[in-house]
Amino acid sequence: MADDKEREGTELVIAEFHKKIKDAFEVFDHEANNTVDVREIGTIIRSLGCCPSEGELHDLIVEVEEEEPTGYIRFEKFLPVMTKVLLEKRYRPIPEDILLRAFEVLDPSKRGFLTKEELIKYMTEEGEPFSQEEMEEMLSAAIDPESNSIRYKDYIAMMVVDDG
Amino acid sequence: MGTLKAHRAVTSMEKSSSPSPFRDGNTEAQEGKIHERCPSPPPSPGGPSLLARISTHFTAFKAAALIQRWYRRYMARLETRRRCTWRIFQSIEYAGQQDQVKLHDFFSYLVDHFTPNSNHERDFLNCKFTTERFLQDSEMEKGSDYESIEVPDNYTGPRLSFPLLPDHATALVEAFRLKQQLHARYVLNLLHETRKHLVQLPNINRVSTCYSEEITVCGDLHGQLDDLIFIFHKNGLPSPERAYVFNGDFVDRGKESVEILMILFAFMLVYPKEFRLNRGNHEDHMVNLRYGLTKEVMHKYKTHGKKILKILQDVFCWLHLATLVDEKVLILHGGVSDMPDLELLAKLDRHKVLTTEVVVSTLGRKTRRQKGKQPAKEKAARVPAPELALRPGRLHLGSRGGTGPAAPPASPAAAARPGDPGLDGAGSRQAPQEPGGGEPPALHARSRLGSPEPLQPTQEAWKQVVDILWSDPMAQEGCKANTVRGGGCYFGPSVTEQLLQKYNLQFLIRSHERKPEGYEFCHRRKVLTIFSASNYYEVGSNRGAYVKLGPALTPYIVQYQANKETHRLTMRQRISRVEESALRSLWEKLFASSLDLLGEFKKHDADKTGLITLSAWAEAVESVLHLGLPWRMLKPQLVNSSTDNTLEYKSWLEDLAKEQLSRENIQSSLLETLYRNRPNLEAIFRITDSDHSGFISLDEFRQTWKLFSSHMNIDITDDCICDLARSIDLNRDGHIDINEFLEAFRIVEQSSTEGDTSDCPQATNTDNSGCSKPSKR
Repeated sequence: MADDKEREGTELVIAEFHKKIKDAFEVFDHEANNTVDVREIGTIIRSLGCCPSEGELHDLIVEVEEEEPTGYIRFEKFLPVMTKVLLEKRYRPIPEDILLRAFEVLDPSKRGFLTKEELIKYMTEEGEPFSQEEMEEMLSAAIDPESNSIRYKDYIAMMVVDDG
Repeated sequence: MGTLKAHRAVTSMEKSSSPSPFRDGNTEAQEGKIHERCPSPPPSPGGPSLLARISTHFTAFKAAALIQRWYRRYMARLETRRRCTWRIFQSIEYAGQQDQVKLHDFFSYLVDHFTPNSNHERDFLNCKFTTERFLQDSEMEKGSDYESIEVPDNYTGPRLSFPLLPDHATALVEAFRLKQQLHARYVLNLLHETRKHLVQLPNINRVSTCYSEEITVCGDLHGQLDDLIFIFHKNGLPSPERAYVFNGDFVDRGKESVEILMILFAFMLVYPKEFRLNRGNHEDHMVNLRYGLTKEVMHKYKTHGKKILKILQDVFCWLHLATLVDEKVLILHGGVSDMPDLELLAKLDRHKVLTTEVVVSTLGRKTRRQKGKQPAKEKAARVPAPELALRPGRLHLGSRGGTGPAAPPASPAAAARPGDPGLDGAGSRQAPQEPGGGEPPALHARSRLGSPEPLQPTQEAWKQVVDILWSDPMAQEGCKANTVRGGGCYFGPSVTEQLLQKYNLQFLIRSHERKPEGYEFCHRRKVLTIFSASNYYEVGSNRGAYVKLGPALTPYIVQYQANKETHRLTMRQRISRVEESALRSLWEKLFASSLDLLGEFKKHDADKTGLITLSAWAEAVESVLHLGLPWRMLKPQLVNSSTDNTLEYKSWLEDLAKEQLSRENIQSSLLETLYRNRPNLEAIFRITDSDHSGFISLDEFRQTWKLFSSHMNIDITDDCICDLARSIDLNRDGHIDINEFLEAFRIVEQSSTEGDTSDCPQATNTDNSGCSKPSKR
């Protein structure tokens, strides 16, 4: 009995996930033919609440791509993979305090800020480096023009987005 | 059970992660490590032991990776919001366009089903739908209207004298930049000269890069003067060396359509060889009624506005349909169909195409529409009623729509392709399917009036023009009816290919669709969409662009955003502003459908708990609004997040109402209906106000409203309407100022927000209306 109920519960959850995934997919399905450009897959996955790294994203893409990559991802392939990701709660978003800790690692002397040059250096040389566009965009929002630095605590607070 | 799940989850994660250096510090792998040590605790990234572990394992590399990962997610969510916002605007706009079609549907419906019970009403209808909408050619040529207009001495605006000199045109730009207004006399003069000039020009305009070194093509401007001024500033003023082609849709929506027209026409007169204007679907008086040009003209030129509009209507019909550069690049406003006929396009009498909008035919004949009648949900097709869409006289279809039986209505035949604009028998590309059988009415009229020459089939020509002005490219192959716009088609890559091959062209430049970047290539770069109205929906919403062609005909695109403010905003701020604007529109739409929404919600709430799941909410909202929006993605902005995934729908609807509007005297349900139909109402009132005075009599108001409500199945008592009318007519002079009436809706006070049907006014009409059926909403 408990098993049945649980199965039913899971089915409902899955059905709900399916709708969510469909909605997100459709936002990027410009031609209304159930395909999206592969370059948008990362955005779609992230919009569904996941926070994969670029490497993890790459792996996911491999899973949903066609045998011979066409540059497009079909919904039929995307749906089961994404449902699994959601069910397994993979790629959970990073909590604020961990993020703060990460900034602090880059600021060992605990000044409370990073200079523009330091930020650029870390973001473009370490980890999974930013493109120039990404760097510029981050700088435009993060850097306080007077001090030419980023007060990361404030920055994080400003950028936190509601998880709908 | 819980433990087992956690175990499964963790193991699968471990399996799916591929080895890479920074993963050791990553939380998921950490969870795996936890699992190794003690199988039971659930993974909790926030737990203290994990934090401690992380800080010892972190290096700059891993820290950076974490930040990047977070940042990319943040940007992705921003991007998604941007797309959703765009979708909102688009769907509301297209819904608006469909409303336009519905509006004309409404008139057709009236004509079909409304049986006037009194001569008074019959006359009213006749008068509304069959008035002369165009002047005789001879009247136009008189054109001496403006000479009698005096320009007062204290007029400080720009003065024009003809023939125009380049300095005059430049001075105009400067004057408008300083927000001056051109006096009506000069406006009319300019329009007359423009018309005289355009009449001599061919349908398809030919430009060569031999004469001008470069040609700049600009897309839709939609009344945004800032963009035009910006283009001239950045690209240079027109000159014999710097040719310009403006690809239609100069007017409507923006607030400075008149000024743009003046500038464009002035430059055209000054540099006739180098400055060309193509017609767009908005260069059309029927479209202008709804989308703003008519309002703008009447507002700026209270005395002479009517004259200006009449001449403008004519001038629009004389604009080029397309421009050809070096015989290689075709520039037109919308697109093409799969049966493009440039020869026909070149030969037809473009002046006859008054409007590409659906126009109702006259009273009397009831043969038509039976087969072609669209069910409510389907998007209607644009159908010509030639005697009103086209000018009479030289090219067949004589009746000017006078009263009485002489007027033959057009018959929208049953479409050969589903959803296609149906064509009449005459010259129809599809199999002619005249429901009445026999002679198409077009010819019928001709023979009756003994009018002259059957030239090329009017319908065919008309359809070509509609296709040119309304079509959109699509990625899929083929060619299908453009149901979103209600006219023209969606054309695929092979259609483009066909066109280019048939006429030996290199590529196609068109406009008509707004693009976030101001331009877009498609069909393997054979079609370029260029859109020049930046910040079209809202500040920060999109860029504008123009394209330059040199002798090599390689397109060189320049983008811009004509608003200094935008540059200073970060992407996040830009998106927020645009999003706010979109959400406001969406809120309005939701409110306007409150009753229907309540009905739908109740269906999902069988147990009458007052609660529905958020999933049900999404379904219900879509089923009522039909906007095709990703409601689940928009949910956070529309619904206060409830923790347990349910929504108390009644209070949500009440909140909607409180946000929107309210009124002391008028019942909220009536108000809601009026509000929902506001754009239609506005258009209807403007049509009713045939002398463009801005005023309609109480009687006209009542009549119009009754007709409208009968079609929309709105049950309002006569008393209600009278009350409404009287409350609007503040100075009790028997006239209603349309603008005041419409303004009233924006600032009304609320009386009650009850959405129950019991509050609905009941229909008790048994008198003249002959239309309403008593039914509860």
